[in-house]
Amino acid sequence: MTDVLTPVLTDNWGTERSWTLAAYEDQGGYAGLRKALELAPVDVVEVVKASNLRGRGGAGFPTGMKWGFIPQDNPNPKYLVVNADESEPGTCKDIPLMMASPHTLVEGVIISSYAIRANTAFIYVRGEVLHVVRRLQRAVQEAYLAGHLGKDIHGSGYDLDLIVHVGAGAYICGEETALLDSLEGRRGQPRLRPPFPAVAGLYASPTVINNVESIASVPSILDRGAEWFSAMGTEKSKGFGIFSLSGHVTNPGQFEAPLGITLRKLIELAGGMRDGHELKFWTPGGSSTPILTAEHLDIPLDFEGVASVGSMLGTRALQIFDETTCVVRAVLRWTEFYKHESCGKCTPCREGTWWLAQTLARLEQGNGSEADLDLLLDQCDNILGRSFCALGDGATSPISSSIAHFREEYLAHLTHGGCPFDRTASTIFPKVEAHA
Amino acid sequence: MSPDSGAGRIPGIDDGTNAPGVSTTQIARDTPLDPTTYAELEEIAARYPQARSGLLPMLHLVQSVEGRVTARGIEACAAILGISSAEASGVATFYTMYKRRPVGDYHVGVCTNTLCAIMGGDLVFERLKDHLDIGNDETTDDGKVTLEHLECNAACDYAPVMMVNWEFMDNMTPESATQLVDDLRGGVEVHSTRGPRLCTWREAERVLAGFPDDLADEGPSAGPASLVGLNIARDQGWAAPSVDEAEEGAQEADAAEGSTTADKAEGSHEAERDEADAEVDRSEAEAKHKDNPDNTGGDDK
Ligand SMILES: Cc1cc2nc3c(=O)[nH]c(=O)nc-3n(C[C@H](O)[C@H](O)[C@H](O)COP(=O)(O)O)c2cc1C
Ligand code: SF4
Repeated sequence: MTDVLTPVLTDNWGTERSWTLAAYEDQGGYAGLRKALELAPVDVVEVVKASNLRGRGGAGFPTGMKWGFIPQDNPNPKYLVVNADESEPGTCKDIPLMMASPHTLVEGVIISSYAIRANTAFIYVRGEVLHVVRRLQRAVQEAYLAGHLGKDIHGSGYDLDLIVHVGAGAYICGEETALLDSLEGRRGQPRLRPPFPAVAGLYASPTVINNVESIASVPSILDRGAEWFSAMGTEKSKGFGIFSLSGHVTNPGQFEAPLGITLRKLIELAGGMRDGHELKFWTPGGSSTPILTAEHLDIPLDFEGVASVGSMLGTRALQIFDETTCVVRAVLRWTEFYKHESCGKCTPCREGTWWLAQTLARLEQGNGSEADLDLLLDQCDNILGRSFCALGDGATSPISSSIAHFREEYLAHLTHGGCPFDRTASTIFPKVEAHA
Repeated sequence: MSPDSGAGRIPGIDDGTNAPGVSTTQIARDTPLDPTTYAELEEIAARYPQARSGLLPMLHLVQSVEGRVTARGIEACAAILGISSAEASGVATFYTMYKRRPVGDYHVGVCTNTLCAIMGGDLVFERLKDHLDIGNDETTDDGKVTLEHLECNAACDYAPVMMVNWEFMDNMTPESATQLVDDLRGGVEVHSTRGPRLCTWREAERVLAGFPDDLADEGPSAGPASLVGLNIARDQGWAAPSVDEAEEGAQEADAAEGSTTADKAEGSHEAERDEADAEVDRSEAEAKHKDNPDNTGGDDK
């Protein structure tokens, strides 16, 4: 039986100066790269396919298969772009990874670029994380000096340049085609597909876009083998992943476990719910994944398990809220976020998120009527599946799922003439200070 | 896309026209940027296979020199990239990190997205507005502190979170927040909870433009919350299986299925391709893009 927690990506986070090349190589770093360079690129793709690694950025698309879509007969240069925009509310795994062990990502980039025959790769990192940017810049510099990057890497004849590219604040730039536009120096707005990035991505050339954690998983797969990786996890969701617990648990934090662990187990590891409180609702994978309740504590947290209860595994961003939290307030705040971040390209999302926020705000203030709940669901209906990209779809998730689970609480705002909750009760400050 | 920009309007599209304060196009154009900065802007553009990719970092550099995005900064970028100023300006207005009004020495952000807000971020933000006597996106009279509420900054396990010049300030309270801004205004040395001594906003912008400042080695590998799971695993002796253990496990599973590892290895390509195809079907189904059945499963968020 596999252990409850299986630190691989997080294994060196507690090491002295873990971000340096010396510390990383001391713990066996860059062994995966050496093994990869002994294989033909196409065989590296095969290893990753055989591992059954599925994308860690939310959608769970098989990584090796994505690489296989790159048309090698296309005369244009190929590109690898790492999506390090991590901005989905609740998601907080890629940032600590790049802070503590940027070389895990850099090594993954080199192996992955070699596999798809890219000679230029980018890490697109959100701009609002200065120290992470510093650590990435330093790691790339060190990797060049060590001959892991640059010309004729370790005598293999393979050349790779890696550019750390810093964004400027826009959630939509995490959407892969918007990210490409942003990386080309434009407003970050999604592109029409097809053509898909694999065929016409960055500079209209074949491009692979992968999440940080997906790419960071590659070195261990090359070093220890596809079979090792797929020995962990569940039938269709192989391997390990970082589960991020935040909110009303005793010890919020990062937990790396085989896919399929339950929230019940994770909350236990986090020291339980905070003292004297109980679980009310949670997101399995960020604010764009429909909320779940205490009913769902025992579902396996893998792609299939979470889908079976009408939500999505997403980014394993487990935001945990106890009974002091007003679900309407929580959902309204997320809705304001989507409204603010809507890129404005398509009408259902641009106008729809505005209407959603209006209607919700009215309800939250106790001014609406019960009919507003149906109005909200109707508005969701007009956005879901009709928006140009998944941001619009995601905006409807918290609303429709919270109405399904907590209709009574919406109505309580109407009978109470406003929010019936004490806002200070949900904070983690001692009572005195919260009131001061 | 600055928070609270014109209620209900399209971020990045309308805010160029109703911008408060000075419009980028009204600023005197006679004094061009200094030659060093111009050369550095060119240097950024030259890092990329196509120069225009440099625009975002170039705008960060403009902010580090000018304290905001200025008309002459926009014009320099446009000239170097061979695009119109309107195009460059259209990009600048799309992103929240670019500021058209002068920013103080310390950009102080408070996360008020749902999780932080519920955990106390709303109270922290309110207290700071009171304490500094300024509103969102405003700067104190001494030019030291610009206050802004932020969206999720990927540090939810440290909620409530603040960012000063885009460095993490974890686990804040209204008390520690007021102390923090008092220290910043009083010239007291302040360190990020997971990083170095705070530099100024302009210095930070220079790093974001791709000119490192040599502070990468400051601060810890990880904060305490990042290590909660790892520490439990160490205490319990939990680890990922070794390669041998994983192989044994696979052999046992195969034996149970009545096949051998050799069979599996031989058939694996075929089997895996079928499996992968099934995976695509599923991803499409999950993606909910009814109007886009060709989605290769890039997204279902
Ligand atoms: C609005 C929106 C925001 C997204 N943000 C991110 C992000 O910050 N990081 C990320 O890896 N993927 C993000 N995605 C998913 C990406 O579009 C893409 O699916 C992912 O980067 C693919 O990588 P993977 O296959 O390795 O998971 C986002 C999608 C949407 C619709
Ligand atoms: S769904 Fe929203 S974010 Fe996506 S393209 Fe449409 S307006 Fe832009």
